[in-house]
Amino acid sequence: MISISGVTKRYGRTAVVDDVSLELGGSGITSLIGPNGAGKSTLLSMIARLLPMDEGTITVDGLDVVKTAGSQLATRLAVLRQDNHLAARLTVRELVAFGRYPHSKGRLTVLDREHIENALEFLDLGGLEGRYLDELSGGQRQRAFIAMVLAQDTKYVLLDEPLNNLDLRHAVEIMRLLRRVADEMDKRIVIVLHDINFASVYSDEIIAMQKGRVLAHGGIDDIMQNAVLANIYGMPIDVCEIAGQRIGYYYS
Amino acid sequence: MPTSPPLLQRGADAASPASSRAARARASLALVLGSPRVRVALLALAALASIALFLFVGITGSWDFAIPFRGRKVAAMVLVAVAIGVSTVLFQTITANRILTPSIMGFDALYLLVQTTLMFVFGVSAFTSVDSRLVWLGEVALMVGFAGLLFRWLFVGAKRSIYLLVLVGIVFGVFFRSLASMMQRMLDPAAFAVLQDSFFATFNAVDPAQLWLSAIAVIAVCVVALRLLPVLDVLNLGEEQAIALGVNHRRTVTILLVLITILVAVSTSLVGPITFFGLIVANLAYLIVGSSRHALVLPATIFLGVICLVGGQFVLEQVFGLGTVLSVVIEFVGGILFIVLLLRKGIR
Ligand SMILES: Nc1ncnc2c1ncn2[C@@H]1O[C@H](COP(=O)(O)OP(=O)(O)OP(=O)(O)O)[C@@H](O)[C@H]1O
Ligand SMILES: [Mg+2]
Repeated sequence: MISISGVTKRYGRTAVVDDVSLELGGSGITSLIGPNGAGKSTLLSMIARLLPMDEGTITVDGLDVVKTAGSQLATRLAVLRQDNHLAARLTVRELVAFGRYPHSKGRLTVLDREHIENALEFLDLGGLEGRYLDELSGGQRQRAFIAMVLAQDTKYVLLDEPLNNLDLRHAVEIMRLLRRVADEMDKRIVIVLHDINFASVYSDEIIAMQKGRVLAHGGIDDIMQNAVLANIYGMPIDVCEIAGQRIGYYYS
Repeated sequence: MPTSPPLLQRGADAASPASSRAARARASLALVLGSPRVRVALLALAALASIALFLFVGITGSWDFAIPFRGRKVAAMVLVAVAIGVSTVLFQTITANRILTPSIMGFDALYLLVQTTLMFVFGVSAFTSVDSRLVWLGEVALMVGFAGLLFRWLFVGAKRSIYLLVLVGIVFGVFFRSLASMMQRMLDPAAFAVLQDSFFATFNAVDPAQLWLSAIAVIAVCVVALRLLPVLDVLNLGEEQAIALGVNHRRTVTILLVLITILVAVSTSLVGPITFFGLIVANLAYLIVGSSRHALVLPATIFLGVICLVGGQFVLEQVFGLGTVLSVVIEFVGGILFIVLLLRKGIR
């Protein structure tokens, strides 16, 4: 269970995350949506202890993220940040192997290798594993980073816009994969998405943020409503039922 | 119409056997050279070869004299190669850049300042009466404390622009150097002469007692660095990714800064400051190895350092008959490389 209570982050005098309280427990996929600058990445970074908060507390399975040893948290919580650029020159396989660092501290066991193989295979990286990251396309690189995070094999997985740069097929495959991982391996995945339709089709619940606050938090049917979406994004969005899913039409 | 893959392959094989054998040989050579491990091994061989050349070629007088004399020089050069190479790579890993090095940031100027200050405060008689090794340990301790504070403040936490850091480094360097030279002016001539000896990069006059002490310090640092190898690779992913993977970033960086400071003190006290040497060998190592893994980059840097120093000194002494200009050549080439790297960074 990730418990966020009264968390605030300020830059100067503006609160970019403003008194947010949330409980994220059990297994499943939570989508985090909202306009640019809403504070989604900031909130995720604070949960992953990459950014200090000004007020409030965050605990992961009862462990305070500020006080607990980083190595202990790294076996429970993995995070993919919004922009990943590397100064280092690494192959895909080397990068994915870093996902096992919290468990093996650099000495890979048979189990570690199995996780690495699985992650490479799940993300369709079989043919690319020996290639250097700076020789890949944006989407291929993004898949390598997702593979690293999944190889970490943690109960909680935070993904900040993982579908960036991905073609339609890979975007859908990754969402299906996350669905399977969440259901079969009992994980809680928190994922920042801009395409509300991916959120609608693949997640269990949606959290909508705006100007640092949580505007709405609920199941798909609660959030995928014309009025709610119009309020979040400040534009008309027409929700239709297609193939049994609630799909927003926003090109008008 | 369906294409048939077997036909295509037969076409490729049908080329004349001799040329295909040559092509295969070329391909396997590329494959062998394509492996970073092989390239590091080749560098190791070249380093050993330069040591052998330096030790045994061109001895005119007695071997009993020449070998120990040259041996001490080689030992000093190898220690300097290890100290500067390893400290530079560690420094570039924690600062996530390939332009700044400890000496560009004023580390060795700081060491000179510490040395001068001690001489200034305690006088030349204290220096000559107390064991030189004790003095050295004192200098290193002071240096670790001072540099630790200064550079931790600079590099832990806030992200700073590389240009700001270069500027800060230059200002530090000039400041430390001017302060040291001001104090040197106020020293008596005897004390100044003792000090000045240690300020120029030369391998000709190395104190054997200090050589042992330096060797112990360098080996100790390398043992610690060896144990930190996996963490070093994680640090390469950037501060945030390293924290996400459970690395205690602040503590690790502090330990590394201490190691770097000790290595800089070793090399500066052995041969004086060489500003751009680390920059050259580290960047050559990244280029040749191609991978960022420290298990490969660190040895490559050391071997390249040995090749540059020992091989370079050999060529200058035996081929051109020049003894002391190696540091001038290194600074000249390194200075140009520094400007090129800085400009390229600006263009990108
Ligand atoms: N280092 C910083 N200094 C000052 N303001 C910042 C800083 N980092 C982020 N902000 C501000 O905080 C707000 C929230 O940023 P955040 O990155 O969390 O938004 P986001 O919801 O992830 O947006 P996006 O969808 O564009 O990724 C923005 O208004 C941003 O300008
Ligand atoms: Mg964001």
